Amino acid sequence: MRRLAVLALVLALPGVAAAANGRQVYGRYCAMCHGPNGAGQTDPHALVGGGPGRDQTIEPGLAPSLRNVGALAADFYLRTGYMPLKRTGIQPRRSRLLLSSAQIDALIHYVASLGHGPPVPTVHPERGNLSKGQALFAENCAGCHQIVARGGYVTHAVPPPLGDATATQVAEAVRLGPYVMPRFTAKQISNAQLDSLVRYVLWTHHPDDRGGWSLGRIGPVPEGLVTWFIAAAALLAVCLVIGRRLQS
Amino acid sequence: MSRGRDLLVSGLVLLAGRRRGLRVRPAEPRILEEPPERNPRAESAAIVCLFLGALCAAAFPVVYFVGAVPAKTQLFGLSLGLALLFVAAALVIVSQTVVPTEESEHDYPPREHVEEQEYVEQLVEESGQGFTRRRLFKLGLVSAGGALGVAALTPAISFGPLRVRDFYGTPWRKGRRLVDENGKPLRAADIEQKTFYTAFPEGADQEEQGSPLVVVRLEPSTLRLPPKLHGYDANGIVAYSKICTHAGCAISLYRVPTFAPTEPRPALVCPCHYSTFDPADGGSVTFGPAGRALPMLPLEIDRDGNLRARGNFDGPVGPSWWGVRERRPSP
Repeated sequence: MRRLAVLALVLALPGVAAAANGRQVYGRYCAMCHGPNGAGQTDPHALVGGGPGRDQTIEPGLAPSLRNVGALAADFYLRTGYMPLKRTGIQPRRSRLLLSSAQIDALIHYVASLGHGPPVPTVHPERGNLSKGQALFAENCAGCHQIVARGGYVTHAVPPPLGDATATQVAEAVRLGPYVMPRFTAKQISNAQLDSLVRYVLWTHHPDDRGGWSLGRIGPVPEGLVTWFIAAAALLAVCLVIGRRLQS
Repeated sequence: MSRGRDLLVSGLVLLAGRRRGLRVRPAEPRILEEPPERNPRAESAAIVCLFLGALCAAAFPVVYFVGAVPAKTQLFGLSLGLALLFVAAALVIVSQTVVPTEESEHDYPPREHVEEQEYVEQLVEESGQGFTRRRLFKLGLVSAGGALGVAALTPAISFGPLRVRDFYGTPWRKGRRLVDENGKPLRAADIEQKTFYTAFPEGADQEEQGSPLVVVRLEPSTLRLPPKLHGYDANGIVAYSKICTHAGCAISLYRVPTFAPTEPRPALVCPCHYSTFDPADGGSVTFGPAGRALPMLPLEIDRDGNLRARGNFDGPVGPSWWGVRERRPSP
């Protein structure tokens, strides 16, 4: 009986240790803005500076509560390098990971333990349908990210290019709506549709360029320029033909 | 270069109707070595081409004024394209067969050199001698040019204020249900915050400009609707026309903050030219080229929990026209 209890303890220990370690990492990098125990910080008058044991390069700021955001949000924001943010108020962008993989794992575990949030989603792009995915992307995503997923602009924000996004991160972003992106619930885009959508986004990483010339895949401007050059040559040829008097 | 100039000059001469020509100075020796060969068949072909061009150009306003024509845009393109093609063909025929060319490498003489000016005049007169039916050709040129001009100006009628009654109509009526693109009614309880929905009037044509809506749910306490739009929302659910008031693109961008204190406010954005509308403030323009707020549709929730229209939009849908603010959508 005692042996069994020891065994259970040994099995449970890594989880407990990870959560404990995650709490430390959280205190060091996150608590300044997200508050103790992920309570969030919405009162601008209650901001305090970085204290001992905290990363002095990160300024304190306002930040949302992390209760009930789940492993999904933590996994997305940490593995894309969106968090930790240098200072609040700027758009989080994909950047170099500040934390080690082990620290991130521990942190995700800790944030997930703060409430009852969604887990990291499992996607199966191989089960998806590429053309259905493209239709879904055109309808829901291309307005901001462009049909080739090269990113774009929206007033006061920059929808990022999706070239570095992994399958899981795309699925997470769809459910989460990071920064000012709207989120899409399972009622709007089902999990099966999400598989197709992710498959399309992965396809845009290495699309087959019919005709062999991608032109940077940035849309109609370079394509139009090329058309004009070809059309201009054709027009010039027509002019020459017209200009040459028929031999009578 | 010189052929183009010749064409231009001979065209001008024909249009200006300079009749004195050689009759005034019959005795002068010819410059062109021999009178140009008459080519009546080519000339007839050119004249036929000109009148065909005029006919095609005239089809443009006809298509414009006839009400519902399938593939209207394509017909517009076809009529203009064919008209230009026929006129070009006529000019090519004339330049190749009817008008002789004489290259003059002199610079344009100053005005005082009267003799040289007369030389050029005579050259131009003689080069026009290949025409046997001048007046018909002239008529062809005038009608083709006139018809093309009319065709080019016709679309300006769409700026208003005439013929804009159709623009005010929308399929929305009091009590009409909001449905998704598959015709399924939208339930108020299913509309969540921080995402957006596209809706259409039940049983109406989804392709019509007045049909599509963008529907979002906001926290009721954050709504700042202007007095005339009070009560247009249904418990924080607001509906606007999905057609941008600038150039008529679909509003397909919804910017909504994950954490409001540090991120931009919610906004509906048009992807074409980044016109930005505030959904909390009755669709007012906060950025971009749009000149009017997005038309807002008053909503209500019926006993079954479905969303229904409580009337028509508060303003006309789509790009603006002359006098756009004078009326409200019918009925």
